[in-house]
Amino acid sequence: MDLSSLDLRAIGAWFHNLLMGTGMSAMLVQFIESLVGALLLLIFGLTLVIFLIWLERKLAGRIQDRLGPNRVGPYGLMQTMADALKLLTKEDVTPFDADRVTYNLAPALAVFHVIMALAVIPFADQVIAADINVGVLYLMAVGAIGSMAALMAGWASNNKYALIGGFRVVAQLLSYEIPLVLAMLIPVLVTGTMRMNGLARAQGDYLGLGWFVWTLPLAFIIFFIASLAEVERAPFDLLEAESEIVAGYNIEYSGMKFAWFFLAFFMNSWVLAAIGATIFLGGWQGPFVDQIPALGVIYFFAKSLFLFVVQAWVRTTFPRLRIDQMMSFCWKFLVPMALVLFGFVAIILKLHLPSPWEGIILLLSNVAILLVGLSFLGRSQRKAVYASKRAFTPTIPRM
Amino acid sequence: MVQQVVFILIAIFTLGMALGTVISRKLFHAALFLVGTFAGVAILYVLLEAEFLAVSQVIVYIGAIATLIVFAIMLSRSMMDKESGAVNKQWWAAAGGSVLLFAALALLLSKVPFATTSAAVPDDTIAKIGSQFVGVYVIPFEVVSVLLLVAMIGAIMLARERHG
Amino acid sequence: MAIPLTWYLILAAALFCIGFYGVLARRNAVPILMGVELMLNAVNINFLAFWRYVRPEEPVGQVFAIFVLAVAAAEAAVGLALIISIYRTRKTINVDRIDLLKG
Repeated sequence: MDLSSLDLRAIGAWFHNLLMGTGMSAMLVQFIESLVGALLLLIFGLTLVIFLIWLERKLAGRIQDRLGPNRVGPYGLMQTMADALKLLTKEDVTPFDADRVTYNLAPALAVFHVIMALAVIPFADQVIAADINVGVLYLMAVGAIGSMAALMAGWASNNKYALIGGFRVVAQLLSYEIPLVLAMLIPVLVTGTMRMNGLARAQGDYLGLGWFVWTLPLAFIIFFIASLAEVERAPFDLLEAESEIVAGYNIEYSGMKFAWFFLAFFMNSWVLAAIGATIFLGGWQGPFVDQIPALGVIYFFAKSLFLFVVQAWVRTTFPRLRIDQMMSFCWKFLVPMALVLFGFVAIILKLHLPSPWEGIILLLSNVAILLVGLSFLGRSQRKAVYASKRAFTPTIPRM
Repeated sequence: MVQQVVFILIAIFTLGMALGTVISRKLFHAALFLVGTFAGVAILYVLLEAEFLAVSQVIVYIGAIATLIVFAIMLSRSMMDKESGAVNKQWWAAAGGSVLLFAALALLLSKVPFATTSAAVPDDTIAKIGSQFVGVYVIPFEVVSVLLLVAMIGAIMLARERHG
Repeated sequence: MAIPLTWYLILAAALFCIGFYGVLARRNAVPILMGVELMLNAVNINFLAFWRYVRPEEPVGQVFAIFVLAVAAAEAAVGLALIISIYRTRKTINVDRIDLLKG
């Protein structure tokens, strides 16, 4: 079999020709194609989540010196299926005096916004549901719907913990959206396109050294930290801090509705990992991808799963932040750094340096800003430590 | 034909949501209807081939303004719905005025022949918007940025709790 | 084009009138703010419809729609801050009762 003909685009073209052959109008064909594509993405997303949940539980188990799921199926692979079945059979409880329509709408919206985001992710070169020219902004718009879903759940549950969870959602998601967008816009600034496929394509030079994670490491770090906060993972899981507010906005949900939130959470983590892989790790770029386009899918999944694993790793190893620490870390550290970096990158790009030098200068400026930022962070940290020590020293125990 | 059906469906959705916003007694529901209206308007922008505006509409209106309104409603939860009656004494006059205004506008709009063109939207529209912001419209652009800054400071000053 | 320009304009007019009704008829300050947002949205639909149907090659309509967007955001922030501030001092946000100047 000739590997170079193994191309996902060919399947799309074959399907298109098949439909056109039946003599339908072009508009109807386009409609059917969009519908089939959306269904494929939906099924793909839901299947992927089953694997992701298993992966995360297995990883968390190993990191915490446990075995993780290992009973159902080989290596416990079927554990998620069993859990889903269990959740399906559970009683579906609606709390007393809950806002019924909103209460039922919230989990649907939570899943909906993640699946919407899949539409602009390039799985391989041009294997993308909708390569719209505002791809990066579209992702942010879709994210806004997600925070709305959490707010609705928090309000409609008629529960004070859920309401506090809803407040925290607004505070955290809105704050961290700003460094996230700024970090995502820096590669957009460099490439001059907001198309996701265009961003992945622009990173093909120098055998992987053209990835933005090498030329813009600080942007990647800001993006990754902000994405941890956006997907509500530890150390930013204050929304569901079980020791403070029990479980956050989804506390009243049970059975399949809870499963939907759970599903949205895992899929959102992977989507953010996939966005990071596309924007900063070259997406489907890799060796021999020009000869065999289907390899792009493998590279893309390898990179996005790598980022997902790092997220899970961070989640299992870091303790939770306090809410004031979380807010001041965003507004006093991430946002100023992202803004300064944005300005510097814009100035460097205006110099119009030749190709390899531009990347090197960008890298140097990134490292310099990171070091300056870290020194500020360290200084304020030391100050805080001194202040807390001064506050504690005068209390001499009475004999 | 298909486009017209789509347009009518979206129009019904948007207007229904808008009516819900102004009629609904519960404030939280009104805010959710408002989100629906914004989403409908965003789809209209897509129909008008203004994708950038559609996405900005969702980010700014749903992501920021609607969230802010919902947040304000949640903060003052207990007393918002207590007031008897959602509408004031002059609601019938307001309704009549609005209907009359709409009738007049619709009559006017259907009579005026607009010189429309069927030219396609150029591909570099977003780039053009960007260059116009730093070119022809640089002064309004800067004024808007100052306005946003002032609004931010003003909002903080107004909403801050005064101690002592 | 398949959809006449007038349809968009009439839709915008309807949205504007609904917002107008909301501003005039509601007692609570928050829905009044929502009515203003509806009216601004109607204005934006008009800007974009005229841009698309009259001069699609010059994105002036889009530029102004973005200005409206920014002003709407500023308006919502300050308006809500005012409402919260009034609520703190007067314990109501019913605009019928916020009539201190009446004496």
